[in-house]
Amino acid sequence: MLSIKNLQVSLQDEDKQILKGLDLEIGAGEVHAIMGPNGSGKSTMSYVLSGKDGYKVTGGTATLDGVDLLDMEPEERAAAGLFLAFQYPVEIPGVGNMTFLRTAVNAQRKARGEEELSAGDFLKLVRSKAKSLKIDADMLKRPVNVGFSGGEKKRNEILQMAMLEPKMCILDETDSGLDVDAMKLVAEGVNALRSEGRSFLVITHYQRLLDHIKPDVVHIMANGRIIKSGGPELALEVENNGYADILAEVA
Amino acid sequence: MAILQAKMDAAEAMIAAVTPQSGGAWAGEARKRALDSLRKMGAPHRRDEYWRYTNPADFLNADAPQAPVMELDEGMPFAMLDRVRLVFVDGVFDPAQSDEPAVDGVEIEPITTAMAKDIHWVSSIYGVLESSGQSPVSRPLAALNTAQAQQGFAIRVTGKAAKAISMVYLRSSETADAMVHHVVKLEPGADLTLTENGPAAARANMVLEVEVADNASFHHIRTQGRDHLRRSATHMFTRLGKESSFKSFTLTMNGILTRNEAVIEFTGDDAHATVAGACAGDGNFLHDDTVFVTHDAQNCESRQVFKKVLRNGATGVFQGKILVKPDAQKTDGYQLSQALLLDDNSNFLAKPELEIYADDVACSHGSTCGEIDADAMFYLTSRGVPHAQAQDMLTLAFLNQAIEEVESDDIAEDIRARLAAWMARRAG
Repeated sequence: MLSIKNLQVSLQDEDKQILKGLDLEIGAGEVHAIMGPNGSGKSTMSYVLSGKDGYKVTGGTATLDGVDLLDMEPEERAAAGLFLAFQYPVEIPGVGNMTFLRTAVNAQRKARGEEELSAGDFLKLVRSKAKSLKIDADMLKRPVNVGFSGGEKKRNEILQMAMLEPKMCILDETDSGLDVDAMKLVAEGVNALRSEGRSFLVITHYQRLLDHIKPDVVHIMANGRIIKSGGPELALEVENNGYADILAEVA
Repeated sequence: MAILQAKMDAAEAMIAAVTPQSGGAWAGEARKRALDSLRKMGAPHRRDEYWRYTNPADFLNADAPQAPVMELDEGMPFAMLDRVRLVFVDGVFDPAQSDEPAVDGVEIEPITTAMAKDIHWVSSIYGVLESSGQSPVSRPLAALNTAQAQQGFAIRVTGKAAKAISMVYLRSSETADAMVHHVVKLEPGADLTLTENGPAAARANMVLEVEVADNASFHHIRTQGRDHLRRSATHMFTRLGKESSFKSFTLTMNGILTRNEAVIEFTGDDAHATVAGACAGDGNFLHDDTVFVTHDAQNCESRQVFKKVLRNGATGVFQGKILVKPDAQKTDGYQLSQALLLDDNSNFLAKPELEIYADDVACSHGSTCGEIDADAMFYLTSRGVPHAQAQDMLTLAFLNQAIEEVESDDIAEDIRARLAAWMARRAG
């Protein structure tokens, strides 16, 4: 599904390399987690994959089902099936949440040559998906993320994911700022989307999220590279001992 | 001295270019007063404090520059209102295309008919609010209008008007000048919605004087017409009584030159005034909002909300002033002027001013000028919204803050749709 080979990325405006030869293979239907100390390049990786400005790819490749991601505009990557759940979802005053969702869903359908959803069908779909995430009509009506609590913002990200039905979902610290109940709700939303054709890359600092979203593979990232991969037990090890042992072991 | 002489000469030229008008006894006096004051203040000049950003030359040339008439490819605005339409062609009232000017609770008279009679409520407003709005900042084009205008209506509202009144301006000539002057009197407790749409002519000089008595409400919504090369100078003078309300919103798309002046004076306590505008300009476009709000009563609230989207070298101007007199305690004055520049060629020139002599007031102003927010843009595109569409969404969202000042949801929605269509035409 997602194939990253020797990816090297620097900041656009300063000569600072963030990703230093990242390799990652995620098969269809798999859930991978990435953990790592602050500054190891986890968020940069998610931004570079989804096409944010401000980064310069100096080497390596990233493909989604064989299609070169790095050459595409953000909207083309989205239409190709990539989705990033933001660590800090952006507030957009003046744009209604519902309008935004419908525009996004239909833009992707159009880009893929599918028929656009009618207003009625869209409404039905969004209501049913919103309900299971406990997103009420008021949140749908309000401007995108404006005045949302931390938990509401993250649930709104999962709602977008549920509506857009991407192939490859990257969750960037979706658990940050969430209380236990909200985390469960978000995890249930993610688990409901798990399927054979859909893969997940979960970036997190805490093992606790992985109790709810069970990963197939856990990677440890440090200094712009994956330094160790393993099963779910790797996350437990980090939770108990921190990164010092692993970093020392690799060094 | 050279400038002063130039202003005087230009004033004489302005006066000479139009036919002298008289009127009944009081009207003749009002016109003469306006002419005298115009001769004293002179024509607007590039070096005048309030004409530094906007070149008045096109308003002063003897002949109106040519402006092709635009065939509208969308329906007329305000069609959803229950209203009486008063239609003007090139600034001249056309009864044949208009509705019967009769609304319950409202007196409507052509301004020249009213001038021929001794009608106290007309004579107490016509040229009076304009003249009082000439100080401390002179407004020569409005004085010329008072001296010369032959077109327009005098409207008096005694209760809640049963219907809205719509001034519909159509064009047929590519080079016509228009001078229109409306007088509106809202008696205590009265309520009226007045709309205006379309450019009155290739070059238009419009004056609206509104007296809002105690507890009365006036709603004004205006769209200025998309004709590309038209030029418009408008003045709105209003005086507000106790617990009265005045709300005005203007939508401007296209037009080579637009100067909208609003002069608002609070004379009774606990009143409210909002003057707002959304404008979208592309290319050879200059749009100027010049606003002067005088608080001369207690506990009054004024809001100015102006938003401009500019691209391809378009220019936006904002000159807004709030003057709070010594006894106007508990004044709440708010002033927001913002421009969204879609490229590096466009300009926004803003001069917000506060002059406060009372000590217990809350006045705030914000004037900003920026580009599309990159984070919001990335968020939208990362969800699959194409770049151009995302830019339109964010542009509309930016303008929406001004559009929200429109009370009627239907009209606000119509305005949004027109702006969206304007952007879509540019994308294609």
